[in-house]
Amino acid sequence: MLVKLFQDFMGWIDKRLPVTDAWNKHLAQYPAPKNFNFWYFFGSLAMLVLVNQILTGIWLTMNYEPSGDGAFASIEYIMRDVDFGWLLRYMHSTGASAFFVVVYMHMMRGLMYGSYQKPRELLWIFGMLIFLVLMAEAFMGYLLPWGNMSYWGAQVIISLFGAVPIIGDDLTLWIRGDYVISGATLNRFFALHVIAMPLVLVILVFLHILALHEVGSNNPEGIDIKKPKGSVKPEELSKFTFHKQYSEKYDIVDAVPFHPYYSVKDIMGVAGFLFLFCWVMFFAPEGGGYFMEAPNFTPANGLKTPEHIAPVWYFGPFYTILRVVPDKLLGAVAMFGAIVMLFALPWFDRGTVKSVRYRSKLHLVNLIQFAICFVVLGALGTMPATPIANLIGVIASFGYFGFFIALWFYSKNENTKPVPERIAD
Amino acid sequence: MKKLIIAIALSFAAFMSASVLAAGPSVALDKANNDLSDKESLKKGFKTYINYCLGCHQLQYQRYNRTFSDLGIDEADGVANYMYSGDKVGGHILNSMPEKEAAKWFGSAPPDLTLEARLRSPDWIYTYLRSFYIDESRPFGVNNSTFKDVGMPHVLQDLQGVSTIDEHGKLSPAMGGTLTAEEYDVVVRDLTNFLEYVGEPNKLERKALGYWVLAFLFFFFIISYFLKKEYWKDVH
Repeated sequence: MLVKLFQDFMGWIDKRLPVTDAWNKHLAQYPAPKNFNFWYFFGSLAMLVLVNQILTGIWLTMNYEPSGDGAFASIEYIMRDVDFGWLLRYMHSTGASAFFVVVYMHMMRGLMYGSYQKPRELLWIFGMLIFLVLMAEAFMGYLLPWGNMSYWGAQVIISLFGAVPIIGDDLTLWIRGDYVISGATLNRFFALHVIAMPLVLVILVFLHILALHEVGSNNPEGIDIKKPKGSVKPEELSKFTFHKQYSEKYDIVDAVPFHPYYSVKDIMGVAGFLFLFCWVMFFAPEGGGYFMEAPNFTPANGLKTPEHIAPVWYFGPFYTILRVVPDKLLGAVAMFGAIVMLFALPWFDRGTVKSVRYRSKLHLVNLIQFAICFVVLGALGTMPATPIANLIGVIASFGYFGFFIALWFYSKNENTKPVPERIAD
Repeated sequence: MKKLIIAIALSFAAFMSASVLAAGPSVALDKANNDLSDKESLKKGFKTYINYCLGCHQLQYQRYNRTFSDLGIDEADGVANYMYSGDKVGGHILNSMPEKEAAKWFGSAPPDLTLEARLRSPDWIYTYLRSFYIDESRPFGVNNSTFKDVGMPHVLQDLQGVSTIDEHGKLSPAMGGTLTAEEYDVVVRDLTNFLEYVGEPNKLERKALGYWVLAFLFFFFIISYFLKKEYWKDVH
């Protein structure tokens, strides 16, 4: 009786909106390669963190006061007087760092298994746009507690725009809305942080997933699970039913429906992730001074510069690249260039073999040196600039950019291993 | 997978060596070894704060009644023994020092100390309050080896007495206080304890809740692992 009622209801809906079809196309009958490994958890985890940020953000907004006079005190009000306000605040602040952890892992996965290569260039671009917007979102969000590091961190970053020739000064004035960072800046950053950026972020995530489902998921082997129609013997086809959008055009092998196979697997990933997340959140929400910097426990003061202005850890790599270049304008160019390189990665890589498993030793070494340089740059970004740190920063910056340049040269005629036709069990 | 582990290990090694390189010089701090769950210590610290610190340093984000209930102080007792200003019991712990004049008197206005323990760490407070020494060149006749040229007098001088410093920066024992060095350390430890509490009144509650959440997630992980295994039987 109840089942019948539900079926009738869904029938009524489906005639007007393709809900069941969308469910099947994107979840219950979406072909996902059967060999996803550890690295494939981070996409769904990024989604989880996004939802966490939006939900906790909504509740924080209910008690936060976006003004130069009230912001700092309102955070302490949330921490002390709002029921579970401290929990919401720590979920949000730990979530910001967790977002970058999972996104960096997610990007590393893409690098290792060539998930940016043809035909996934646009998917990669959407991902990079998400990364860019996420950085803007995090940067603006960091001003909102109106602590002294919020203030001076924003001061450093906004002043970068002053390096732009001719319009630089006017540009920084336009961004701040005042001659110095003030309540006006705080208010506009608040508006952008809670409305504009999240909206763009959600739309980009939607497009990212749509583009993913159009081209299909890559996998650790870099072997396509969609074979030309009619090229696979019927007994070798995947035993599962996939949506006709995929199965009509291709013979699908070595795949499982995303739901329930990867939904249950991702739930396991979520449990593991949340364990680590909650460990930090409940027992070390300051993240050793990296997630919440100590000078931020004193209100913004334009006359009192913190001893050592350090960006939050997730901006470290790009901040170091900025800092090791002696000229301010060139430094800013190098910093943005570092992100542009990532955008252009699908075209730097001229190879056709996707996974590092079947590529040359040289590529493996290049990838490892890139990962090391990225981590070193990140670590240096949070430290005071000493001559030795600067030297290491220069070397690591060369390693960072060198990855892309070298890739362009060797990928054309790379000594790769033969890629199997099928994903082994 | 093996290569991956090597890669992660290498990055970690690089990260560690980088952090060693950048460790700069800083003042050596003594360990406060305070205990947030020790309510007697917190109460004594609160009392010391009211008597010696509040005149100049507000706790503008902390409320009296919240402090009373967290520290296990009966409200009537609290109003009688901890509130001298005639404020409301639900009000913030404030003083009546005018900020502008205070800035003139001391060079800069005495900062609010609600978040001092989070800004500088409990160990810093513990060390700082035990680092005053005689320096006639300073306006109040004292200086501090943890906070050079600090603008405040040694408010606890009655208790500790006065120390002197030699050319190596080493402090010699204090003379003339009402407390012994050990007793003074206990007073400062209690005060530090109180300031750590005020910095984040929910700290103990947070950790207590954390254990339950982690225990739940641990079992949730195990269940989700077996659920996943059960489903994936059909694939392999």
